[in-house]
Amino acid sequence: MLVHVSVILMCLAIPAKVVNIKGDGARVDFGEGVLREVNVMLVDAKVGDYVLVHAGYVIQVLSEEEALETLRLWNEILDAAEA
Amino acid sequence: MVESLRFRDATLAKRVVEKIRRFASKQETVKICHVCGTHEWTITHFGLRSLLPSNVEVIAGPGCPVCIVPASEFDEAIQLALKGKVVACFGDVLRVPGSKMSLLDAKAEGADVRVVYGVGDAVKMARREKDKEFVFFAVGFETTAPSTAVEIVKKPPENLSFLVCHRLIPPAMKVLVEMKDLSLNGFVAPGHVSTIIGVKPYRVFPEVYGMPTVVAGFEPLDVLFGVYMILKQLSEGKPRLENEYVRAVRQEGNVKAQELMKKIFEVVDDNWRGLGVIPSSTFKLRKEYETFDAQLKHGVKVEEGVDIQPGCKCHLVIIGKIKPTECPLFMKACTPQKPVGACMVSNEGTCRIWTKVSQQI
Ligand code: SF4
Repeated sequence: MLVHVSVILMCLAIPAKVVNIKGDGARVDFGEGVLREVNVMLVDAKVGDYVLVHAGYVIQVLSEEEALETLRLWNEILDAAEA
Repeated sequence: MVESLRFRDATLAKRVVEKIRRFASKQETVKICHVCGTHEWTITHFGLRSLLPSNVEVIAGPGCPVCIVPASEFDEAIQLALKGKVVACFGDVLRVPGSKMSLLDAKAEGADVRVVYGVGDAVKMARREKDKEFVFFAVGFETTAPSTAVEIVKKPPENLSFLVCHRLIPPAMKVLVEMKDLSLNGFVAPGHVSTIIGVKPYRVFPEVYGMPTVVAGFEPLDVLFGVYMILKQLSEGKPRLENEYVRAVRQEGNVKAQELMKKIFEVVDDNWRGLGVIPSSTFKLRKEYETFDAQLKHGVKVEEGVDIQPGCKCHLVIIGKIKPTECPLFMKACTPQKPVGACMVSNEGTCRIWTKVSQQI
């Protein structure tokens, strides 16, 4: 659902996983079998990275570590508030 | 990404809402502004406003890159299409009214207007059909401008030129914060624009205007935590710049993209639909790249256009002064099928987003 809606929103960059890279081009997987050729000239991405894709161009490599850290921090903040 | 599901965790959302309520109870009214169509989509789609206490209001600023392109620039694209150029554009711009007609109307009159997913498609088409002149209608904020820059630096085919209509977000935020009657108390800064420009360009808001500013992502929990962080800053009386969206936004942004944009574009003052001229808010191709400028190449320049059609309140909707439902034309004379204003067309336009939700209800 999110991916479907995201595709029509011009501004929403959608997370995808890099499957392979060849020069400035890469094949990424948006999940549920949606594969797409994108341009990776704006980032240093490698196979296996999660990336944000906007209008066919990868604009940033997502940090899974930071994602987990954010969730950990949020729980910590909320726990502290309840103590 | 599994992680994205966890950013929708309902229990966590409930707990952060409780926290928001506790902070809000110590405040009078709090008006928080975001400047991104995707934030508006998340807020409206997940009904986040109904979770917030009644003294906390989240309004939508000029976060739709299609809505704020002035009619004169649409008129130029339409003129080019009617003159026989192939105009390649994002689907979102097709129905947007120019002064007298839309690109879709031009298409109905026989013009060759093609929807593309990105500028790369326009390059491929121009390479394939060398006998035709192509124009890419380059609309979008800092998230989209790097892709235009990529294709220009790679030397596009000679039969492709660009109608550059990109706009920059921080200068528009400055306009909002200086509108004293808007009385804003905080900004949720746009996540994906920030993946490119980084965090620094927003420093001015807490430092000069005393405005809490939080860069936030697009999952419901991102937005709720953004609101929470702003309320916390307000209750501490310490406005600062924070980044909630660290998984995608680095402090320095995407330096490669910034360098590329700097190489290709210079920053100039220009008109925004409904907002007027904003200083240093628009990209223009640098002299070295003028050969790719569609206006110069094909001699089109429309000085003035009809930005706001009679009765339309887009100029008030895009600064969050009124809600779409307060426009008398909303879902009466103005619908997604027959839009009167630009805010009803794009999927990032506030009026359009609100119709989708009202239909679901
Ligand atoms: S509902 Fe239509 S006419 Fe009213 S402000 Fe929105 S776009 Fe303009």
